[in-house]
Amino acid sequence: MLSPRARQAWRRGLFVCAALLAVGCRNDMQDQPRYEPNSPSQFFPDGTSVRPLVEGVVSRSERFESPEIETGLIDGKPIDRVPLPVDLAFLERGRQRYGIYCTPCHGGLGDGDGMIVQRGYRRPPSFHEERLRSMPDGHFYDVIVRGFGVMPSYRAQVRTNDRWAIVAYIRALQLSQNASLDDVPEAERGTLQASAGGAR
Amino acid sequence: MGMQVFHRSTNVISRVTIFGGLFAVVGALFLLAAINRSPWATRQGIAREQPVQFSHRHHAGELGIDCRYCHTTVEDLAYAGMPTTQTCMTCHVQIWSDSEFLEPVRASWRDEKPIRWIKVYDLPGYVYFDHSVHVNKGVGCQSCHGDVDDMNVLWQNPSLHMEWCLGCHREPEQHLRPRDQVFSMSYHPPADQLSLGLQLLAEYDVRPRTECGACHR
Ligand code: HEC
Ligand code: HEC
Ligand code: HEC
Ligand code: HEC
Ligand code: HEC
Ligand code: HEC
Repeated sequence: MLSPRARQAWRRGLFVCAALLAVGCRNDMQDQPRYEPNSPSQFFPDGTSVRPLVEGVVSRSERFESPEIETGLIDGKPIDRVPLPVDLAFLERGRQRYGIYCTPCHGGLGDGDGMIVQRGYRRPPSFHEERLRSMPDGHFYDVIVRGFGVMPSYRAQVRTNDRWAIVAYIRALQLSQNASLDDVPEAERGTLQASAGGAR
Repeated sequence: MGMQVFHRSTNVISRVTIFGGLFAVVGALFLLAAINRSPWATRQGIAREQPVQFSHRHHAGELGIDCRYCHTTVEDLAYAGMPTTQTCMTCHVQIWSDSEFLEPVRASWRDEKPIRWIKVYDLPGYVYFDHSVHVNKGVGCQSCHGDVDDMNVLWQNPSLHMEWCLGCHREPEQHLRPRDQVFSMSYHPPADQLSLGLQLLAEYDVRPRTECGACHR
């Protein structure tokens, strides 16, 4: 027979163990009752917690300065020039973004020979053909936003400023593929000729 | 002279029960710790089947598509971002458009119902994590997610235990790489990682926090 004190000690011990077990089984802190990005939801019929964006919505983190920066168009006509200041950093950014979103199809040189085209995607026109060389900047921007023919829109993946940076970079690509030695600053010509000779 | 009630052998038995009990308790603790670190508990290294047989090896490795084509917000937000069905369809309206493996993607496109990917990496709700700060301070995707470009089906690369996070927060110089290599899966750290790491540490002003409030906020 246990003494009353021993029995009390046992009971306390059991209670502590049970409490510990109960705590160990709950996952309230692990899976908190809130939506994480892309969590499913029972509330909306499509089963998602994120709501689709309203047509024409602009991200709060982006400046919305004027409709032509946003659309690349004035009265439905493409604007002539990139409406943002273009410097080397802007072009570098454009090159990077072009590399991510456009090279799979248009290729690194813009001649339409990307990896996905080699796997059977419809071949896009080369950026170096005369028609596209003489298109205004706004046209390229508009193609990114709304797509063109079979090319889908890249509006959801590329942000406003980056779209213009890509346009500026495509213009640089076009210049580079149609440049002659006279376009190169005199001081640089020697090194260029030397490296061209070396490559051959 | 008192009478000897117990036989001498009971000395051994009593020692065995006392020390054996202690032993069992300590052993159970070790067992618990081992279970806690085992892949069974952490899911480390266990391939997760997905509703679509999407392959990173194929898309990111062989086709060379940049991570950011699909994980668009990884540089700007805490959340890396998952590709929408529209992103898959930028290519798959034309490529392999009648493949049976892509039927769930086309169904999602038709019915406007998103694909339900199974989460591979999932921190507990009480841990705060932010991709943008890591990516912009020179921590490569590879350092945390492993050789994604070589995985047909993804698995969780690290344990995701707190000690794993802290290991790097205490010694980030062992893991830093130049910013333009963050998305590269073919980058090899130089033989002298430490001096590169220390140089980048200064250049990018890297000061990871180790106090509790950094991750539990
Ligand atoms: C999935 C493949 C694919 C990707 C990625 C892609 N394009 Fe295209 N693009 C095409 C195809 C195909 C055409 C030809 C469309 C047609 O004529 O029906 C095209 C056409 C164009 C044209 C020419 C429009 C004209 O007037 O003929 C421009 C400009 C262009 N794309 C810009 C871009 C830019 C900028 C990006 C990156 C943000 C990009 N594309 C990404 C496939 C792609
Ligand atoms: C063509 C689109 C695409 C590209 C490119 C891509 N991913 Fe993914 N990624 C996905 C899809 C779809 C999933 C969900 C299915 C899965 O887990 O395999 C995913 C899932 C992931 C996950 C797991 C997310 C989770 O917790 O469930 C990680 C990590 C990841 N990708 C990293 C990368 C890295 C790193 C790269 C670049 C090397 C990359 N991805 C390139 C589409 C892409
Ligand atoms: C940039 C273009 C591109 C994007 C974006 C893309 N894929 Fe693919 N995908 C391809 C190409 C190209 C192939 C296979 C071509 C080959 O093997 O020649 C392919 C193959 C596949 C296959 C195998 C098909 C088969 O029958 O073997 C699946 C499944 C697949 N993709 C799913 C997806 C999913 C899901 C997404 C969106 C998260 C996605 N892809 C996004 C280009 C793309
Ligand atoms: C410092 C480690 C670390 C680095 C570097 C890192 N990730 Fe992650 N990633 C994680 C963790 C941890 C999670 C789980 C986050 C959660 O559950 O809240 C995660 C989750 C993801 C997810 C699922 C969506 C999400 O945000 O939960 C994707 C996709 C992903 N990572 C892609 C990438 C890509 C692409 C890169 C490189 C640009 C990258 N990650 C770099 C640690 C990292
Ligand atoms: C491979 C290295 C590495 C790993 C692994 C890593 N981190 Fe980091 N973490 C960094 C670096 C570098 C920074 C940038 C510090 C700075 O701001 O200078 C950082 C910053 C952070 C910050 C921002 C803190 C602040 O200043 O607000 C958080 C939060 C964070 N990490 C959480 C985590 C969590 C949670 C994990 C584990 C799931 C993790 N990290 C794993 C390297 C790492
Ligand atoms: C670099 C990020 C980071 C910092 C700093 C950090 N933690 Fe954690 N902590 C984590 C992660 C990630 C987990 C989730 C571990 C898991 O799921 O196994 C965690 C889990 C925990 C847990 C739950 C028990 C466990 O280990 O699973 C406790 C308690 C905890 N942390 C306390 C602390 C305290 C106290 C501090 C300050 C001394 C601290 N943490 C600092 C990232 C961090």
